[in-house]
Amino acid sequence: MSEKSPKPRCFQEIILRLQAYWASKGCAVMQPYDMEVGAGTFHPATTLRSLGSRHWAAAYVQPSRRPTDGRYGENPNRLQHYYQYQVLIKPSPPDLQALYLGSLAAIGIDMDLHDIRFVEDDWESPTLGAWGLGWEVWCDGMEVSQFTYFQQVGGHDCTPVSGELTYGLERLAMYVLAVDHVMDMPYNDPDAPIALSYGDVFRQTEEEYSRHNFDVANTEVLLRHFEEAEAECEALLSLPAQDPKTGKRIIMAHPAYDQCIKASHIFNLLDARGVISVTERQAYIGRVRALAKQCADAFVQTEAGGHAA
Amino acid sequence: MPDLLIELFSEEIPARMQVRAAEDLKKRITDGLVEAGLTYSGAAGFSTPRRLALTVQGLTAVSPTLREERKGPRVDAPDKAIDGFLRGAGVAREDLEVRDEKKGQVYFAVVTKPGRNADEIVAEVLEATIRNFPWPKSMRWGSGSLKWVRPLHSILCILTDEAGEARVVDLDVDGITAGNTTEGHRFMGDGRFAVSSFEDYQARLKRAYVVLDTTERAETIWQDATNVAFANGLEVVEDRGLLAEVAGLVEWPVVLMGEIGEDFLGLPPEVLQTSMKEHQKFFSVKNPKTGRIERFITVANREAADQGATILAGNQKVLAARLADAKFFWENDIRVAETGGQAWLDSLANVTFHNKLGTQAERIERIAALAREIAPVVGADADLAEQAARWAKADLSSEMVNEFPELQGLMGRYYAGPAGYPEEAANAAQEHYSPLGPSDDIPTAPVSVAVALADKLDTLTGFWAIDEKPTGSKDPFALRRAALGIIRLVLENEVYISLINTLKTSYVGTIHSIAENSAVFIKAQIGEGETGYNQYSLAGLGDEFDDRLVTESLFTEFKSRNEPDGHHEGSWVGEDETLLVCLVSQVELGEHLLSFFHDRLKVYLRDQGIRHYVIDACIAMEGNDDLALLVKRATALSDFLKTDDGENLLQGFRRANNILTQAEEKDGVEYSYGADPKFAETDEERALFAALDTGEPAITAALKVEDFAAAMAGMAALRAPIDGFFEAVQVNTDNDIVRRNRLNLLSRIRQLCSAVADLTRIEG
Repeated sequence: MSEKSPKPRCFQEIILRLQAYWASKGCAVMQPYDMEVGAGTFHPATTLRSLGSRHWAAAYVQPSRRPTDGRYGENPNRLQHYYQYQVLIKPSPPDLQALYLGSLAAIGIDMDLHDIRFVEDDWESPTLGAWGLGWEVWCDGMEVSQFTYFQQVGGHDCTPVSGELTYGLERLAMYVLAVDHVMDMPYNDPDAPIALSYGDVFRQTEEEYSRHNFDVANTEVLLRHFEEAEAECEALLSLPAQDPKTGKRIIMAHPAYDQCIKASHIFNLLDARGVISVTERQAYIGRVRALAKQCADAFVQTEAGGHAA
Repeated sequence: MPDLLIELFSEEIPARMQVRAAEDLKKRITDGLVEAGLTYSGAAGFSTPRRLALTVQGLTAVSPTLREERKGPRVDAPDKAIDGFLRGAGVAREDLEVRDEKKGQVYFAVVTKPGRNADEIVAEVLEATIRNFPWPKSMRWGSGSLKWVRPLHSILCILTDEAGEARVVDLDVDGITAGNTTEGHRFMGDGRFAVSSFEDYQARLKRAYVVLDTTERAETIWQDATNVAFANGLEVVEDRGLLAEVAGLVEWPVVLMGEIGEDFLGLPPEVLQTSMKEHQKFFSVKNPKTGRIERFITVANREAADQGATILAGNQKVLAARLADAKFFWENDIRVAETGGQAWLDSLANVTFHNKLGTQAERIERIAALAREIAPVVGADADLAEQAARWAKADLSSEMVNEFPELQGLMGRYYAGPAGYPEEAANAAQEHYSPLGPSDDIPTAPVSVAVALADKLDTLTGFWAIDEKPTGSKDPFALRRAALGIIRLVLENEVYISLINTLKTSYVGTIHSIAENSAVFIKAQIGEGETGYNQYSLAGLGDEFDDRLVTESLFTEFKSRNEPDGHHEGSWVGEDETLLVCLVSQVELGEHLLSFFHDRLKVYLRDQGIRHYVIDACIAMEGNDDLALLVKRATALSDFLKTDDGENLLQGFRRANNILTQAEEKDGVEYSYGADPKFAETDEERALFAALDTGEPAITAALKVEDFAAAMAGMAALRAPIDGFFEAVQVNTDNDIVRRNRLNLLSRIRQLCSAVADLTRIEG
């Protein structure tokens, strides 16, 4: 654990080092899921793949959206769109903590100078019907990652148990690069011919989406989309497993789960628009959870979900 | 006599669970060893973030051999019976002994259980302990099925004999094989190492930068923190809970003191303290001269090459971001407050307090009305009390309380001034939640007392009315605490108030809220139906609805106010008469709640040395819904009964009462009037007449002004004449006139005593 890496100089270098590190530890480096999600956990590579008996190891960046966190690009560390780095290994290896600490060293955190702590933080996702035990990892008092051993997802017990690591990339990078405002953070090499800051890349979109999310997004349309996604998800799962065209057993767990993700994101947008009351909130969360649960039920009936072919 | 050492080494154990877990480990292991027949001289449990450890000294090496005799059937019993006995005892027929008993020859089985080695027993007990450990939350990991608080990595389990030779106990739990090695500090330690005894273990751990003992870690933290603060002319704000938590977050504590940015020193000290504690686990450091919090102490888990400069700089930066948030909340809140804070009050109309009792805004209305009613009794201005009650919960909408719920009330105090509320309202905002715990101070300012009483009374009547009373150990709405709060408020402030009347007032407000919220519920149900309310029956309202709250008459009333086509217009509130019929009767509720108060009061006074029967004797008297009055009476009576006079007077009363009761049963009349001194035959009788003649008016007068101590003193003066009377006088004489006169005389004692308290309830 004493191999020391030089300090990275920009945001993307941190991402690249994490990719290289986890690739070297045997993870399949995947690409972001091509839908709007609230966190890296929603990527089917985590949610669905944490279910069933088949072994799995994946790492990826996931752009994540939290409409209520938009601050028009003005807040030093709040964004409605940000990146999470996500690692999921099933079964969780016995040296997962050491592997994790190795990743911090790889991005230039000198273990001899910093105080790394594992502080109790149990994770629960009411929308995914999931929970696990673990920690938030502190570096000098700052939370740099979430570390969770999944116990249940979509109402199913996880056997074997997956170990999940989530890094909030902007926050972590700001710390490593000693930057005070996210928009000032170098995105690519600061000595590159065209040096770009995080602000150059994202300030305008933060503004646009903040206005959209808080004041403009058409709530009637969104409400309708929510209903439609919900209905579509259920419709897909209600079809018989046997495909009439090919005669194969094809359960559409992933397409159905896309609809669940969609419903979840629409709910987040409606929440940001302030049209969901406190009591309705619980009901909406319950509806998304019901979808997640049905998708999980379907996935464990598939081959990837451990069902004997 | 070997010593046992156990260490269960895992990933980081939540700080709040560690100390309890070390105790559980000790208890479960030692209990198991003793149950298996071993003894030991001492044991101690330890915990750090990554390990639980246990040392057991002077363990017996082998458990004793047990010899058990079992009596069987007679020799001539049927084979079936004998076979059954053999199976039960686990022996063969030829091993049986035959003994002569009174009834003839009988079989005996003698079973010898040989002693077992400590190793074997330890392995068994430890495995059972690991598999059944009472963690508040536990988890699985990897592909295994074992459960522990976080993944368990290694088990150290050795027995060390007198010569210092250690041997590993043979044990394997789901693939984790017990050994004699452990690890030190995650970052400063240097790999695994073997240990040979507890002393060796503790010493080697320290060399590997782990302080095993939580108390030692806490002491080090506190010593170092106070020293570094003192060196700078400052002092650390004591916080035992935080100290215990931080001691559970580190194996090698290193104290560092840092600065709070100048920008943030203007925040209220409580805000600084809460933010630093909740988010960062920092101790606050204050300037004793100004009382201001100026710095913080953080406890790192390691020594660093740069003496912690990097660690401290990082922590300072995180704190600055946190406090920037707090400052943002503070400034936004002050802006809202400066407009009068109405926006907060308005938004409480959207915050549900309880789905049957309505919103926070409705609740505030009820509390304000009740505070107004109570105000004159506690010496507060009614307008001021109402105004304070309206403000008291405004801060629940503030951003600061949203972020730090534990600052509720306190922020209300800070924001009251800017919002244009008087000092009394500021105090009430903070104080009306008190007391929360038994050691909390009780507010004394009249307005605060009025609001505090109204708040708690409203909670009690509300939850009582919707039948959410505490049962057994379940009290989710903390109603016992609310009742105890009311008891302390009235007693410590000597508030003489009729609870029944106050509860009735409170109940009227509650009923309105329930009705309003019930009507909304019915409306919602009807709105969903296609053909309107006609389809609806009360039974159809389902479990969510307490059918006591909507009886047929309320429902009919509701229907009659709606259009015939089932369309419902506007919201609807029933009238008092209707509702009173519909709901739990006011009287019933008042009586139930009063006896709940009386039960709480007995518990409270028991701790103050007043026996429950003394309280019962006073509860039997009129005015028992005035708790201050009740306790004043009970205290005087309790004090009196502890004196010699009191004890004897009680005997005298009992004797008089017994004689009277018997005579009254026999004669079928009540002796209550007409004792005349002219029929007195002895000096003792005349003395008693005289004593009663002087005593009665004095005692009655004292009772009239509720001066129970004076009344008891008056009673004390009766003791000698009563004693004298019973010593010299035989009540039941042949002369019927004299007898009746004496009985009537005794009845004067009974009447007088009964005006003070129902002494028949006194036990002992």
